[in-house]
Amino acid sequence: MKMLVGSLALVAALAGTSLSGAHAQETIKIGVTQPLTGAFAASGNYVAQGTKIAEEEINNAGGVLGKKIQLVIEDNKSNPTEAVTTVEKLIGQDKVPLLIGAWSSTLTLAVMPKLEEYKVPMIVETSSSGKITTSGNPYVFRISPTSEMEAKAFQPLVKQMGIKKADFLNTNNDFGIGSADEFSKMLKANGVEVGVRETMDPAATDFSAQLAKIKASGGDTLFVTTAVEQLTLILKQAKEQQLKVRVVSCGGSNSPDQIIAQAGAAAEGSFHTTFFPPWFPDVTTNPDVSKRYMDGWKKRGFNVGGLTEGYRGYDAVYVAVAAIKAAGKADPEAIRKALWDVQVKGVYGNIHFNKQGPAGKESGQNVPTVYLVAVKDGKVQKPQF
Amino acid sequence: MNQLLQHLLNAVILGGTYALLGIGLTLIFGIMRVVNFTHGELYAFGAYCMYALVMRLGFDFFASLLLAVALGALVGAVIELVLLSRLRRADIDTTMLVMIGAWIIMQNAEQLIWSGVALSITSPFPSNPLVLGPASVSWTRVYVFVVALLLIAGTYFLINRTKLGKAMRATFQDRDTAALMGIRIDRIHTATFAIGSSLAAAAGALLGPVFVVQPTMGDLAAAKAFAVVILGGMGSVPGATIGGFVLAFAEELGAGYISSGYRDAMGFVLIILILLVRPTGLFARKERIG
Repeated sequence: MKMLVGSLALVAALAGTSLSGAHAQETIKIGVTQPLTGAFAASGNYVAQGTKIAEEEINNAGGVLGKKIQLVIEDNKSNPTEAVTTVEKLIGQDKVPLLIGAWSSTLTLAVMPKLEEYKVPMIVETSSSGKITTSGNPYVFRISPTSEMEAKAFQPLVKQMGIKKADFLNTNNDFGIGSADEFSKMLKANGVEVGVRETMDPAATDFSAQLAKIKASGGDTLFVTTAVEQLTLILKQAKEQQLKVRVVSCGGSNSPDQIIAQAGAAAEGSFHTTFFPPWFPDVTTNPDVSKRYMDGWKKRGFNVGGLTEGYRGYDAVYVAVAAIKAAGKADPEAIRKALWDVQVKGVYGNIHFNKQGPAGKESGQNVPTVYLVAVKDGKVQKPQF
Repeated sequence: MNQLLQHLLNAVILGGTYALLGIGLTLIFGIMRVVNFTHGELYAFGAYCMYALVMRLGFDFFASLLLAVALGALVGAVIELVLLSRLRRADIDTTMLVMIGAWIIMQNAEQLIWSGVALSITSPFPSNPLVLGPASVSWTRVYVFVVALLLIAGTYFLINRTKLGKAMRATFQDRDTAALMGIRIDRIHTATFAIGSSLAAAAGALLGPVFVVQPTMGDLAAAKAFAVVILGGMGSVPGATIGGFVLAFAEELGAGYISSGYRDAMGFVLIILILLVRPTGLFARKERIG
């Protein structure tokens, strides 16, 4: 009996602390939906790690509007249906006034109707499909570049690299197809012949059939758009089939460090677009911000290969906080309006939003810098032509 | 013509892989009638064993393969003893739900231990491919192909020519009669599941160095394995072998000459066509069913 009384007292004490704790620790919540498990787990976790660095830095500096921020990170399991569920949960249960997500274009496109339904804005940190900002959803604010911007940035290199005939290999989703569309349009406009356009399932691991066809096409350059795991396998299998073309990977989610570690000699001579080059942070628009982010990453012992992905989440949280501060309250509509005037010095460059899409229902689109890096002598280098 | 040769070579090599994935599952799904959702995870387990042994502990590549197969059998035996032995008389839906649970637990455990970042295993074979005229193939894949054929032949021998194989077939055709004949059916259940699991682990250990190792690698492998088993006919080792090659040729030539976007659909279109004509698959005999 004595023991029972003792444990009851303990329960009461615990309940008491959690109640008073809730009052003292009022926070501003920001919802994050990322693929923490499933096919895109590696990249999704890097982005989530980036958001946590920013959360800690901001809270150490006193938070925003006199309150601490609290990230509520949900796993969308690399699955569009699950992504919608996470957004419903974040908005319905956690009452977040603002979201960050959802890594892949397909996942982002899946949740966009929900943003309009609940009238909550979302900062898109990674997705590159053009459709996201051109379909007339005024709740979307994208800090990552579109495939069109990437293709345009690549344009001056077409002549320098001497590209005459290009082939494509991309994942069969919004990201891959969008990228191949934009790059082939740009290449054709610059007088480059486009050979075959091959696609693959995002989960596939064997590309022998596609590579045999690409070899027969006989282009000099192969543009590949997919995540780092498939890219690694493509480079290895291209070597196995003696496919002697220059490989250029697009989309910026290609972690050249991981490719060198895993594809070894097969990675030699490949080129990769990236939106943040951690090998030479001094070339970025805001080197101090880039270095602060990299220090935070290394201090926590995160995988160095993830530096080219984590900054997306890091910048997104800073943009979110700047918007909350400008709005003066944690209200979705006020934050949405404030996002239009946000100016943030980020790893992505000087972040601000331009209007894109049909008049009256424009989405916000930032214009980041696009970099091209080369793998030479087993190291990531600035390309030389 | 050069392209066709490369496609054919690719299909033969890939077929060996699919056949290997299929024979392990044909024992469990085809003979035992357990819809085994953990098959893909045993495949991933084999690959992670290989990574841990070769890359972390510095073991010999070939000794690691044997060890991975043995560990796969052990994990299979544990799954059978802990989960399935209690469900022998349960209906197929209950067993299926339990196996789905086991699948989710195993996949998330892999991610918890190894993180979602893909890992690679260095193989001891030369990195320059074997060149056969206009076509070429990596030495690692040739090695996988040869070992796969040996494992397939071994499994065929085990089922059709050994006492254990006879007891296995008897148990799953009629467990009561088999028990009356003195077969220790509990042991046969455990042994069959362990052998099927060890074959999945073998496939993972062989293919880990060809591809990259990551927690979701088993999902696609399991889908292909189920396709191969259904295509070849439930419970038939020659069926699973030929089913594996048929699937590989359909995918490779379909992707090469029709559309690569539908590469993974080709196999399933073929399965629908074959099942329309032969509802039991290519090779299943009537008495094997039920």
